[in-house]
Amino acid sequence: MAEQEHSMDKPRVKVPAKVTRGEPFEVKALVSHKMESGQRQDEKTGAKIPRKILNRFVCTLDGVEILRATLHPAVSANPYLSFYASAEQSGEMKFEWTDDDGSTLSARARIEVEP
Amino acid sequence: MIIARVAALVLATCGALSAFADEGEWGRYAVDGRRSGYTYAASETRAMQDDEFENPGSIWLAKGEDLWGTVEGSKGKSCASCHGDAATSMRGVGARYPVVDEKRGKLMNVEQRVNLCRVGAMGAAAWPTESEALLAMTTFVKHQSLNMPVSPVVDGAAAPFFAKGKAIYETRRGQLDLACVHCHEMNHGNMLRAQRLSEGMSNGFPAYRLKWQALGSLQRRMSGCMRDVRAEPYPDGAEEYVDLELYLAWRARGLPVETPAVRN
Amino acid sequence: MKPILEERPVDISRRALLERALLAAGLWAPLRALAGDADNGTTAAVAKVLAGRPAAGEGLKFSTPAIAENGNTVPISVEVEGRFSAERYVKAIHIFAEENPAPEVISFQFSPASGRAKVATRVRLAKTQRVVALAEWSDGRVLEAINEIKVTIGGCGG
Repeated sequence: MAEQEHSMDKPRVKVPAKVTRGEPFEVKALVSHKMESGQRQDEKTGAKIPRKILNRFVCTLDGVEILRATLHPAVSANPYLSFYASAEQSGEMKFEWTDDDGSTLSARARIEVEP
Repeated sequence: MIIARVAALVLATCGALSAFADEGEWGRYAVDGRRSGYTYAASETRAMQDDEFENPGSIWLAKGEDLWGTVEGSKGKSCASCHGDAATSMRGVGARYPVVDEKRGKLMNVEQRVNLCRVGAMGAAAWPTESEALLAMTTFVKHQSLNMPVSPVVDGAAAPFFAKGKAIYETRRGQLDLACVHCHEMNHGNMLRAQRLSEGMSNGFPAYRLKWQALGSLQRRMSGCMRDVRAEPYPDGAEEYVDLELYLAWRARGLPVETPAVRN
Repeated sequence: MKPILEERPVDISRRALLERALLAAGLWAPLRALAGDADNGTTAAVAKVLAGRPAAGEGLKFSTPAIAENGNTVPISVEVEGRFSAERYVKAIHIFAEENPAPEVISFQFSPASGRAKVATRVRLAKTQRVVALAEWSDGRVLEAINEIKVTIGGCGG
C-alpha cells in the first residue's frame, strides 16, 4: 500500500472543556506534516528536494478570525502551536492549515462558555 | 597511606550517596543505578514528552487508536473485534515483549505479533517495516503499558535468544570496531561531541526522535547505531534485532514503559 | 605539560556593549546596518516591521533554551505582558533567526478576541545564532527581545 505523501491524519486540537466568558484560554494544535524546507538534497541524486510546507494557519470562532499565523520553512516538522483565545458565548472553533500546494487540513472544537 | 585510604573511602561514600541522590532525583526513571534516556534529555525535551497532547508521538498514538477500531481484511475484523478495549487487553504487553511464541519456537516482538494477527486472524496484508501504520499500532499497543516496569522473561524458552542478544551487544563491529558496550556501558555520561551518551535504554520506543523529526522503531534506532560505527546493519526484520530487543529489555528492567518517548 | 587549549578570558567586547546601549535607546536597525555583519536579511526584515518606530526592550518575555537539544526542533515561547481590550491589543508577533537560510521563522496576527498574546511553537535553527522576537501593539508600540540559542552537533552523527 503506497504511503500518502501528505499525511491523512486529522490535526489534533485541545481546548478546555469549559471556559469563562471573556477570559482568555489556551488552545493547542498539533498537526502531522513533514514541513519539507527546500534545503534538503536527495541522498542519491543530489537533487534539491522541493519545498512543501504548511504556510498558513487560521483559527476562527463562529466565523470570526481569532488568530492567523504565517509559517516558514524554519517551523519544525509536525508543527505545534499554542495560543490564546477568548469567547463571549459558546460556539464552534475552526482551525485550518494551508499547504504550499493549496490543499488544506482542518479541525474543529466546541467551545462551551460557562454561564 | 592512611589518609589516602580514608580519602578514598570518603570519596566512595560520597559517590554512592550521590548515586542514591540521583535516583531519588529521577524517581521512576532510574532503577538500581540504571537510568532511562529520559534522564539524559534536556528539560524542554522531557517537558515535550510529559505532556500527552504536546508529545509529537501523540500523532502516531491517535492514528494507532484509529486503526485499532478499523475493519480490514478478508475476515471483516478489526483489532477491537477480538481484543476489545486495548487499555485492558493490551495492558502489560509493552512491558513484557518480546516473548517466545512457543508454537513457532520463535522470539517475537510487538511488530511481528501485530502482523501475525493481521495476516492470520484478519486476513489482511502485513504492514511493511517502519510503515506509518505499523509504527502507529506498535506505539498504541505499547502505550497501554505506560509507566509499568519493563519486565521481560529471559529464562526458560527465552534463554537462548537472550544469550544471542547479549553476545551481539558485546561484539565489536564496523570500521570503528566498537560494540554497544563501549558507548552505552563503558562511557555513558561522557560526551560524544556535544552530546551526552545515554545507556541505550529501549523503554521509550517506538520513540519520537528530534533528529528524525518523526517517530521511529527500535530497529531503526539500532540500525542507525550500526551505521554510526560504520558497520553494515542487519537486514530489515532480522532475528538479530529481536534477540537484541530482548537483551535491551532486560537491561531496562524496572524502568517505566515511556512509549512514545521523545529523544534527541 | 602545556594545556592543549589555552584559557581565554570571556569579556564583553566594546562593540557588544555599544550594541546593548543602542538597543536600549531603540536604535536597532541603524546599528545592524553599521555593524556590517554578513546578514541573511534579518536587518531588513526587522526594519520593515519597525517602519521607523523605536523598539522597547521591556514587556516581552521570550523563552528559549540556552542550548538546543537538537536544532531541528527547538521549543520557543513568546508572551506579551498586558491584557487586551477592544481598543488596545497586540496586533502581531514576529520571529526572525539571524543565521538561518532565511530570516523569517513564524509570525502571528492577533485580534482583540485573542485575549492575550502568548504563543509557543517549535522551530528549526541551522546553527548557533540569535533569534529576534518582535511584538506590535495596536497603538503602534513595538517591543523586542533577542536571545542567543546554541545549536550543537552531537553524537556520532547518528
